Amino acid sequence: MAGIPVAHGLIVAGLLFSLGLLGVLVRRDLIFILLSIEVMVNAAGLAFVVAGSRWGQADGQVIFLFILAMAAAEVAVGLALVIQLYHRLGTLDADAASTLRG
Amino acid sequence: MATTFYTAAAIAIVATALAISRKQAVHALLYLIVSLLAVALIFFVLGAPFVAALEVIIYAGAIMVLFVFVLMLLNLGAPSIEQARRWLAPRTWIGPLVLTALLLGELLYALASGGPATTGPLVDPRQVGLALFGRYAIGVELASMLLLAGLIGAYHLGRRQPGRG
Repeated sequence: MAGIPVAHGLIVAGLLFSLGLLGVLVRRDLIFILLSIEVMVNAAGLAFVVAGSRWGQADGQVIFLFILAMAAAEVAVGLALVIQLYHRLGTLDADAASTLRG
Repeated sequence: MATTFYTAAAIAIVATALAISRKQAVHALLYLIVSLLAVALIFFVLGAPFVAALEVIIYAGAIMVLFVFVLMLLNLGAPSIEQARRWLAPRTWIGPLVLTALLLGELLYALASGGPATTGPLVDPRQVGLALFGRYAIGVELASMLLLAGLIGAYHLGRRQPGRG
């Protein structure tokens, strides 16, 4: 059975990553920014699994597990920050948090 | 199975594009869950069933539930029943429903056609586990420390500070 060319898998990962990057750059809602970061992290994981599948090794999947743990920690801290910002500023607009004075 | 891969890839990209262009965050979450399920199907086709299961359980399950939880937490003041009814009107569901129906069709096709469902070499959970706790044991330790730091950080930041917030 003919395998899928590794380039096609990487193209899909690249497209997903670009969409996530576009979301971070375009949207100003903090929730959407976090969602787009999740999309990017997931696309990076996809690239690792595609590469691991190309060589038939487990390493790509192991790295994906680490990425998964990283994403879970990141989203927990990120959402806690979002709640804190919402309580202080009363809005989810990223541009509202433009001053560094607590 | 190449068709399965390309269809799932198309669904993932379309769902992601729809997700980042929604106005309401809840609608975006629906599309993002569809996108993650499509990526899980891609993993399965690529011969990584363990990671595909984890993608469904942890990404589409736990992390997305965390997002929904925070969204609901942030809208305490609004009249929530009316809002929920408006957010989850039937026409909101049609897009994600069509995309998940396509994914289900692919899954049924893969099950019905029999034979190996993967295109690449199958890397089973046993190999992943052996690599994870053999060569990458130090990475597991580091990941556990990262998760602990995330736990403490989320607790500290999520706490309502008296007099300041």
